[in-house]
Amino acid sequence: MSKALIGYILSIAALLVAIWLGVSVGSVKVPISTLWDTGADAIASNIVWKIRMPRVVLAGLVGASLAIAGAAFQGLLKNPLADPYTLGVSSGASVGAVTTLFFGISVPFLGIFTLPVFSMIGAIVTMFLVISFAKLVDRAMKMETIILTGIIFSSFLGSVISLMIALTGEELRQIISWLLGSVSMRGWSFVQMALPFIFIGTLLLWLNRRELNAMLFGEERAQHLGVNVKKRKMMILIGGSMLTGTAVAVSGTIGFVGLVVPHMTRLLFGSDNRHVLPLSFINGAALLIICDLVSRTIIAPTELPIGVITAFIGAPVFAFIFFRQRKKGGI
Amino acid sequence: MLKVENVSGGYDRQLIVKNVSFHVEKGEMLGILGPNGSGKSTLLKVISGILHKESGDVLIDGKSLTAYSSKELAKKMAVLPQLHSHAFSHTVRDTIALGRYPHQSGLFSSWSDEDETAVVEAMKQMGIERYEHQMLDLLSGGEQQRVFVAQALAQAAPILLLDEPTNHLDIAHQKQLLDTIKTQANENGITIVSIFHDINLASLYCDRLLLMDQGEVKIIGAPHEVVMKEQIETVYKARVSTNPHPERPKPQITILPDVKEKRNEQLITIENFQVTDELVVFQAENQLKTWSSAVINAGTGWYRTFVNRRVDARYNIDNAQTEMQQYLANRGYSETETVGMMTAVYTKDAIIKEYEADFGSVVVMVTAGVGNAVDVSKAYEVEAFPAIGTINTWIIVNGELAEEAFIQAVITATEAKTKALAFEQVKDPRTGTIATGTSTDSVLVAATQQGKHIPYAGPITEIGKKIGLGVYECTVEAIQIYKKAKGWE
Repeated sequence: MSKALIGYILSIAALLVAIWLGVSVGSVKVPISTLWDTGADAIASNIVWKIRMPRVVLAGLVGASLAIAGAAFQGLLKNPLADPYTLGVSSGASVGAVTTLFFGISVPFLGIFTLPVFSMIGAIVTMFLVISFAKLVDRAMKMETIILTGIIFSSFLGSVISLMIALTGEELRQIISWLLGSVSMRGWSFVQMALPFIFIGTLLLWLNRRELNAMLFGEERAQHLGVNVKKRKMMILIGGSMLTGTAVAVSGTIGFVGLVVPHMTRLLFGSDNRHVLPLSFINGAALLIICDLVSRTIIAPTELPIGVITAFIGAPVFAFIFFRQRKKGGI
Repeated sequence: MLKVENVSGGYDRQLIVKNVSFHVEKGEMLGILGPNGSGKSTLLKVISGILHKESGDVLIDGKSLTAYSSKELAKKMAVLPQLHSHAFSHTVRDTIALGRYPHQSGLFSSWSDEDETAVVEAMKQMGIERYEHQMLDLLSGGEQQRVFVAQALAQAAPILLLDEPTNHLDIAHQKQLLDTIKTQANENGITIVSIFHDINLASLYCDRLLLMDQGEVKIIGAPHEVVMKEQIETVYKARVSTNPHPERPKPQITILPDVKEKRNEQLITIENFQVTDELVVFQAENQLKTWSSAVINAGTGWYRTFVNRRVDARYNIDNAQTEMQQYLANRGYSETETVGMMTAVYTKDAIIKEYEADFGSVVVMVTAGVGNAVDVSKAYEVEAFPAIGTINTWIIVNGELAEEAFIQAVITATEAKTKALAFEQVKDPRTGTIATGTSTDSVLVAATQQGKHIPYAGPITEIGKKIGLGVYECTVEAIQIYKKAKGWE
């Protein structure tokens, strides 16, 4: 049995376990059978369908989006430390989202999609700015250069958000908790809002799985192998930014998922992007469902922002990858 | 197949390649040469479509490069750039399989039998089957290079562009790789354009060479038209000498260093010669450039020790080479620094003389046995077997001899020797005519290659006069001693 097949089996199993735990564990223990048992207790059914299930699905979608976007950015930039958070793309998306809330923007024909669309625009614009700036600094776009550029943009965009919050006073206090990342109390409407964009973004990335493999050897090499680099790069950047923007719009900034998941996936199942992308998607979903579960149970009844948990796992992993890459002799 | 027309291009408005034109036929191998920064890699990038060209056109099968889509182009042309490191590791097989990218299409792009065959075949050609499932970053630079060549071969394109393909490879793998590529050209009609750092490899393997200088084409032509001393020296700004390849009709170059060698001035005199019952030995402090027809280390070379050894008349000459090697080794003479000759006459009878001249001096040594004297003009009439009984002539020159002077010195010496035989009335016993030499005569010209440059050594040159006189005198004297010893007089 191939490594990849084992990967799919294990990952799907992990996802099912995560969903099971996410649905049944909490202040009130609910059996998973409530999901399909029509004669189940009405209260339990309400908890599962109105509170737990949308939360689990949303966490899963956000985790999956961030993880597959991270995997794609890493492949595209040949940089194992790249992810929506470290690149500053998440911050860009936040600015887009906060701006929407701050100015109360509502574009009529976009309806409920106004927030994710603006978030995505913020993400895409930031992505292009970060890459262009890094290229200006250093044509070879070394690993450190991109990450430093990401930090510069994150800091700057972070201050822009702080400024907006300060200007609004009380009513946007909720934005702060949203910024730290959370999937609580969102309900099905958020799932609805995110789903189409996540589908398109994931499809865009998945269509470029083989191109990403070629681009790992450099854009020139990919071009020689017959990849239309310009077009493919654009597809990947837009796909990744779309996923990031959507994730941020529905859950705030949740860091490091896009770093940890693809890295673990590669470590366990190899670095062929034909499998890294789908496996990251599945594992990202599982990881974030578990992280969300931990965040709401660890100091119950208080809820910890989910971003705290992911950063707690993510930062050491980030340090580890950085250390290993430098040991290897750089990129 | 591939036509480049007046192409100019470079980075950011700065033209690096200027007005380059050439064409390559199907199955031809073109080598691109030039010093660092002459625009070789840039030219390759323009041809492969990575860099935008400012003007001119690149035509593949008569169609402009820009008219091809990325995939179509990759089906026509495979490119192997210089090796770069990468962040993530693939297996060797996955890496080579990427070469099949342009041949796959559709949403799920399934792996066909043709893809599989191409990958397996490419691995076989580069001899990397045993690495198939290893991770690329665990291989050495040379092994990685071969993987990337295999990737390019798997692409199965009729044109192959290579940028210094032998980088990181040891000579065995350089040869294997270039043999493989050349076979692709010869048997499968693959058209090859390759950048080379190594002029000798380029000359050896390519049908034609293109020499670049400051972004322009200096010359394009067959290796013998491009690899010429003056041309290479002007473009590369380094002193070189050209010489023929021993097996192929291709020129090779050798670097001539400008660093002074730590070599004491040496002057060869008669005192350097030692004569014993067994040997005439001459040992120089530094190696002399030598041209000889000796038993051991004949041809050209640099040697320090010169041995003329006496052997018995019944010596078995069938095995002479190995026996002589053994003999020299037993006496502590280095195999690689010694020129060895044999004679049947008493070495004590060797004639050694020194001749002063304005360029330096010439030392001549002759041992002569004329028992097997032959008249070369009648030799076709009779049957003779090689035997011991030889005239060995050494000419040691204190001076710097040009290549042609070595040959002229040998001619001059031979003529003087023949004259000496005539004077002494030495006859070919079979024909009764005056002999011109013996059946196994040997000659050696060695020069210190220090001091004055001597361009020619014909009979009327200063050195030719000394050689003529010296060889004549010494040979006459040696023959007279030989006759006396044999009781002929």
